[in-house]
Amino acid sequence: MKPAPFGYVDPTSVDEVLDVLTSEGEGAKVLAGGQSLLPLLSMRLAAPTTLVDINRVPGLDQISAGRDGVRVGALVRHAQLLASSEAADVQPLLGRATANVAHPAIRNRGTTVGSIAHADPSGEMTAVLALTDGSVTVATPDGRETIGWGDFFLGPLETSVHGPAVVLDAFFPALPERSGTAFAEIARRKGDYAVCGAGVVVTLDADRRVSSARAAYLSVGLVPEVHDLTDAVVGQPVDTADWTAAGELARGLVDPDGDLHASADYRRLLVATLTARTLADAGAEAARRTA
Amino acid sequence: MTTKFFGEPVRRREDARLIIGQGRYLDDIGSGAYAAAFVRSPYAHARVLDIDVSAAMDVEGLLAIYTYEDLTGPLAEPLPVLIPHPQLTAPRTGYPLVKDVAQHVGEPIVMVVATDRYIAEDAAGLIEISYEELPVVVGVDAAEAAEHTVHDDVPDNIAARHHQETGDVEAALAASAHTFSFTQYFERSASMPMEGKGVHARWDDADSSLRVYSSTQASTSVRAAIAAKLELSMEKVEVIAPDVGGGFGVKIVHPWPEELLVPMAARRLGHEVKWTEDRREHFISSAHERQQRQEITVGYDDDGRITALDVLVWHDNGAYTPYGIIVPINTATQLCGPYDIPVYRARVNSVYTNTVIVTPYRGAGRPQGTFAMERTMDRIAQERGIDRALVRERNLIQPDQFPYDWGLTFQDGRPLIYDSGDYPAMMAKLKVLVDWDGFAARRAEAEARGKLLGIGMAPYVEGTGPGPYEGAHVQVLGSGKVLVSTGLTSQGQGHETVFAQLAAAELGVPLEDVVVTTGDTRRFGYAVGTFASRAAVVSGNAVALAARGVKEKALRIAAEVLEADPADLEIDEGLVQVKGTPGASIPLRTVAVLSNPLRYAFDEAARQATQFSGPGDDSKPPVAVGDAPGLEHTDYYSPLRSTFASGAHAVVVEIDPATWEIAIEQYAVVHDCGTIINPMIVEGQVHGGVAQGVGGALYERMAYDRDGQLTNASFMDFLMPYSSEVPDVDIDHQSTPSPLNELGIKGAGEAGVIPGSAAIASAIEDAVGRRIAAMPISPTELYDLVRSDAERVTNSSPHDSGAMA
Ligand SMILES: Cc1cc2nc3c(=O)[nH]c(=O)nc-3n(C[C@H](O)[C@H](O)[C@H](O)COP(=O)(O)OP(=O)(O)OC[C@H]3O[C@@H](n4cnc5c(N)ncnc54)[C@H](O)[C@@H]3O)c2cc1C
Repeated sequence: MKPAPFGYVDPTSVDEVLDVLTSEGEGAKVLAGGQSLLPLLSMRLAAPTTLVDINRVPGLDQISAGRDGVRVGALVRHAQLLASSEAADVQPLLGRATANVAHPAIRNRGTTVGSIAHADPSGEMTAVLALTDGSVTVATPDGRETIGWGDFFLGPLETSVHGPAVVLDAFFPALPERSGTAFAEIARRKGDYAVCGAGVVVTLDADRRVSSARAAYLSVGLVPEVHDLTDAVVGQPVDTADWTAAGELARGLVDPDGDLHASADYRRLLVATLTARTLADAGAEAARRTA
Repeated sequence: MTTKFFGEPVRRREDARLIIGQGRYLDDIGSGAYAAAFVRSPYAHARVLDIDVSAAMDVEGLLAIYTYEDLTGPLAEPLPVLIPHPQLTAPRTGYPLVKDVAQHVGEPIVMVVATDRYIAEDAAGLIEISYEELPVVVGVDAAEAAEHTVHDDVPDNIAARHHQETGDVEAALAASAHTFSFTQYFERSASMPMEGKGVHARWDDADSSLRVYSSTQASTSVRAAIAAKLELSMEKVEVIAPDVGGGFGVKIVHPWPEELLVPMAARRLGHEVKWTEDRREHFISSAHERQQRQEITVGYDDDGRITALDVLVWHDNGAYTPYGIIVPINTATQLCGPYDIPVYRARVNSVYTNTVIVTPYRGAGRPQGTFAMERTMDRIAQERGIDRALVRERNLIQPDQFPYDWGLTFQDGRPLIYDSGDYPAMMAKLKVLVDWDGFAARRAEAEARGKLLGIGMAPYVEGTGPGPYEGAHVQVLGSGKVLVSTGLTSQGQGHETVFAQLAAAELGVPLEDVVVTTGDTRRFGYAVGTFASRAAVVSGNAVALAARGVKEKALRIAAEVLEADPADLEIDEGLVQVKGTPGASIPLRTVAVLSNPLRYAFDEAARQATQFSGPGDDSKPPVAVGDAPGLEHTDYYSPLRSTFASGAHAVVVEIDPATWEIAIEQYAVVHDCGTIINPMIVEGQVHGGVAQGVGGALYERMAYDRDGQLTNASFMDFLMPYSSEVPDVDIDHQSTPSPLNELGIKGAGEAGVIPGSAAIASAIEDAVGRRIAAMPISPTELYDLVRSDAERVTNSSPHDSGAMA
């Protein structure tokens, strides 16, 4: 379990990063927290020719929380995001989801943007990016562009970004008014990748009736999935909304695979259960925020 | 004997060193060593046709590539069958490197040595091997069907038919008021020490000698094996077990191929060579345990008393049988636990499969046996409508039945005779500890919250401390330091603390003065090894005997100096003194100096022992005939037979019927290991065992696919429980000292793991009211179970179960 030989560079600016990625070509890989990449190297499942370590690029470790949302820089560690009350105030899902990412040691090193760039459909933050309708900022030699989550995630561990490119940040839009969120997951052991997880947003109208209910799931598909469950509960008073019906609706919408830890059927059960539970919590929060 | 330290919860002396990174594990040794890596079979069953190393030869830093062709003499012969047995009629072992046919994924085929491990792996990756794939046998059912064979010359795949009985079981079953039969399965798990195996070897060419460090549980026997296989004389080989990061059984097996090949390479290359097993290697090329299919028939009377028990076990021994049939024997002979069973028959068919070898893992066949027995007890209770605890109580061996002779032969080849115990008192304690009779209220409370609560229990008896022997050397230095050494090794159990307690208690010295060394053949050459919960029993008694020998000599010498009768002397805090006469004393360290008459005063203390330092008795030689210089003693303890520890676990599980997650709400243990040297260490052993029991019941399994590929060979997918999954453990002790050894000790090392699956299965079954016929069980499997047509079950008190039923 030792990596194959690789080169290593640690540039100190985004331009330099792009220069190296361009000159090294196909075999170069960005290294952020290394919590996903280094195990792949050690097991020789990946053998990049050069690691381009972005940890010395200044300015990428910032969280900026504004009215419209939270921008998370490429070097912000999961732990940093988890601890940010500013971020949580604008978009409570960030802290709630990050708390479920791995264990403290991994959260101290692994980056939130890295987990999005890694595009693991079992990752919490990929689901949150999808649910909040977020986007990423990508720098390429041609300039910077913003890519919405739907165009970014193509498949498991696959994004639409190819060639020399580095993700500079991820942007998570703010929680809308009269809305509440919740996040829950089931893992075989505490801190493991979830066998199923759900994040939800419930939005009410001024009469505290449900106007929208949306959910994103992890570990149920090849890419993060967002499902609109509004139909099951639309117009229902939040206190008596039939969240179970929404869970059942979701159960029918997902099409998960089975693996060693969970059959497809079991995942569907969890989708139903987690959906109903998180919607109830999110509904209660939305009610509190709807004075 | 002062008992100052005996029985005290002395803190583990090794922990500070191990926790702050000052341990010296195998990979900490020899940073300049060449590194070995192995090419291992990617197929479960395949003939090696050709090995092409040409591409690897160009790798810069490559030093050697060895295949079977390079092995000579005894090294080219099969590895030893360590524990032969007359019923092991078709023993098979592999070669250090595959000779012809690889019998499981992970079997080593080529050894590469390079300047470092990275380069060795680069070169290994370039070696191309062509194979002819052969049909694969995975699992006991396929092995029994024998449509394909693992070894050509074993057509039924059966390595051993182990058979023991105490009477005519068929007649007893026919005469029983009630009988039933059932079949159940137990899955594979593994020891999984944090530190894998590892070997470091250094050849001294001028001296023609070899020093080997191995992360082993049996350094003396590794030494003997290396000497034999490398054709070296014993005195030219020394083997040291450094700090070992856990063993749990897997490191009792030896010699591992690497334990021979690394020294071979060191000798051929004239340079230190090291191999450190990585986690994937540990998964696919060390050892597993526990898979069995059990077919059980029981006869019992109206009150639920067993009249006959007949068990047929199909035991998966993996591809080879280097460790004989110890695990099947343990299952067969320990299955009956604390119960008085009039007629018993056990038949175990130990079968070959194209999977990693099966050798003892903590518990070693007993968890499976307990699973068989305890599931039987639950069923009898259900059939008769009797409380599960009561059925057990009715069947217990009573205190006046000891010694209880089963008429069977135990794994040490000696009669299976329970030496002592008090099972009714133990079960009574357990019921109080878990509040068995008050469970109904808890269940109702949980149901009100929408949760399913279940309770289960499982007692066991464990034969511990088998022979043949262990020894110890105790020496007092002129500095006052007391050296204790055993050939028996340590893997973190706390021997440094416990052996020091025993020596300090016997000798009357402060604990800080005692230094313990284990598993170093330079210090102690005769030993058997650390397994079968035997260290405290066998080495513990040997340490006490050796320390007592030292004390006798110390008192004799001090008596002369103090002009007193040795019988009037005592040692306390390192001072030899005349009882009741303050001031008439001599430090033990001075006695140590005086014990060795000197010519040369190499230091201040030594002056006292030189020839002109005081008046001597000119009529006697300085060292009396039959005496020896120095204050030291070596002694051995060889038990007549094993001692039998016991215990009982009860567990309460809470199940969420919306997710089928299984949470352990309470885990209660009553434990009896005879006289306790250190309760804190015993509790630690129980905690660790429970953790592994919970792992085996709810999380761990070796997921082989039909092609014999281990699909979860990493900690990502092989789920060892974290501390977050392991419950707090409520422990109550009971002590029925063993009459077989002077200290009254029984073993404690494996106990905690044994009844885990049995108790947890019972509790889950109680919660959901569905028959559990296989362990482990995960939430997704539980979801399948409750939706299946599995038999519905209802337990009687403590409160009707079967919320789902
Ligand atoms: C034991 C363990 C448990 C874990 N559990 C979880 C879990 O429960 N949930 C979860 O979501 N994650 C989990 N992780 C993964 C962890 O969150 C990782 O930190 C994260 O997925 C990747 O972030 P990183 O900074 O470590 O990225 P790296 O490992 O450095 O990189 C991962 C991949 O992303 C690419 N990359 C990284 N940053 C950029 C960038 N800015 N631009 C372009 N490409 C980039 C790299 O090239 C690489 O391909 C776990 C990891 C471990 C080791």
